[in-house]
Amino acid sequence: MTLILDVKGLSKGFEMHHLGTRMAAFSDISFNLSAGEFLLLKGRNGAGKSTLLRTLYRSYLAASGQILFHSSHGVVDLARAADVDVTLLRRTEIGFVTQFLTARPRVSAEALVAEPLRLAGTPEEEALEEARHWLSAFGVKRALWAAYPTTFSGGEQQKVNLARALILPQRLLMLDEPTASLDASARAALIDRLAELKRAGTAMIGVFHHPGDVEVLIDREIDLAPDAPKQETREDVAV
Amino acid sequence: MSLTMEPPRLVTTRPLLTARNVSKCYGRVQALRDVSATVYPGEVLGIVGESGSGKSTFLRCLNLEEVPDEGSYTLDLPDVADNLFDLDRYARRMLCATKIGIVYQNPHLGLLMNHSSSGNVAERLLVAGERRFSVLRDKARRALDASEFPLDRMDAPPVELSGGMQQRVQLAKAIALEPALLLLDEPTTGLDVSVQALVLDTLKRLQQERRITMVIVSHDLGVIRTLSDRVMVMRRGQVVEAGLADQVFQDPQHAYTQQLVHAKL
Repeated sequence: MTLILDVKGLSKGFEMHHLGTRMAAFSDISFNLSAGEFLLLKGRNGAGKSTLLRTLYRSYLAASGQILFHSSHGVVDLARAADVDVTLLRRTEIGFVTQFLTARPRVSAEALVAEPLRLAGTPEEEALEEARHWLSAFGVKRALWAAYPTTFSGGEQQKVNLARALILPQRLLMLDEPTASLDASARAALIDRLAELKRAGTAMIGVFHHPGDVEVLIDREIDLAPDAPKQETREDVAV
Repeated sequence: MSLTMEPPRLVTTRPLLTARNVSKCYGRVQALRDVSATVYPGEVLGIVGESGSGKSTFLRCLNLEEVPDEGSYTLDLPDVADNLFDLDRYARRMLCATKIGIVYQNPHLGLLMNHSSSGNVAERLLVAGERRFSVLRDKARRALDASEFPLDRMDAPPVELSGGMQQRVQLAKAIALEPALLLLDEPTTGLDVSVQALVLDTLKRLQQERRITMVIVSHDLGVIRTLSDRVMVMRRGQVVEAGLADQVFQDPQHAYTQQLVHAKL
């Protein structure tokens, strides 16, 4: 199996300057992930599951350790890669799926969904056609395709978000509770799409409130500090 | 307490903009101290900081309106000098007119308020040497259209227009010559919230369609977040933190940035 992600001794904490405290999120995490593999992150609330995903995506900065991503250009340590390299990888090889849509004023649902394809170089019309296909697959009513999602209900926005997040096959996909509050048919569509991407080789790592939703996809699980109490150490912090 | 970043390895294009160790004093006030920045082609760099942080002074240096006491500034373009701060006034003016566009918070700085809007845009083209009336008018019209300015008002002077429309005229003027670099100094500050959203949307569209390299300065974190790939946080003339936009806003490292982010409504 092709190795996609090799995480070594990864630690993350938050320095809260106004309190003069440091909150540990997780420490010394190591695991790897191969192409087409689906890894479930387990652990009670506050164990650092979402924090780990965001650290892998570089929305959070790691405190120490390595996140070796085997990109199509070679191995890159996401914990230390230059910002422009991370931006490039996010556009082409690394996806992050949440349950929330970032709608923009005056951008239609179909244009929003088509955007990742357009930015990857697909001609506009082709990208829009594919976008409509995925909007339909996730159960967004046809009448809404050309409308602005800023005013959609939460459920409809979530479907638009999934269509957008999953339209472009990626090498590595992070999933942060994408099934939360999703209706049954959209959930089925999501599982279908994830299974399809998985077969095509996408490596996935995800957090799910109800792992039963994705049971058929799970290959392995890791438990983040199953019984360690949450650590909080106080220390004086130089500003 | 964080890791040192590596230089780019996947992105092999050179930065369009490289500014190094820019320092500037006004009397005893140090407005800029060792400010460095790189911006890659098609990238949007946001600069945040409160009033007096030096962010606008730095932008004026990038627009060659100010010459710093120290530092260097290059644009990776054919036939452009090694250090733009060394250029004489005439060369500076030509370079600004043809390669750099700017939108100011105050439209009076960028526009002749009593001349027609189309004339304001065409003036930029005149500076660059275009003399044919039909070409001037056609190009001005296209730039105004790209800025989503209502063309039936293109001959109205800015003084008769709303704040949002005045910003669109400035933007049209700034992009008329398809500059390599677009500088934006608080482009939506002072506009109504709804108008602000529309102007931001226009900027986002333009950026995506034309892959314009931008540097945007604002004290409004929402504006910076909407537009920027990368963010630089300034305080008292210095850069205190820089990183990917989502990272700086979600996991700010410096005490000052944490304070800024937490103060946002």
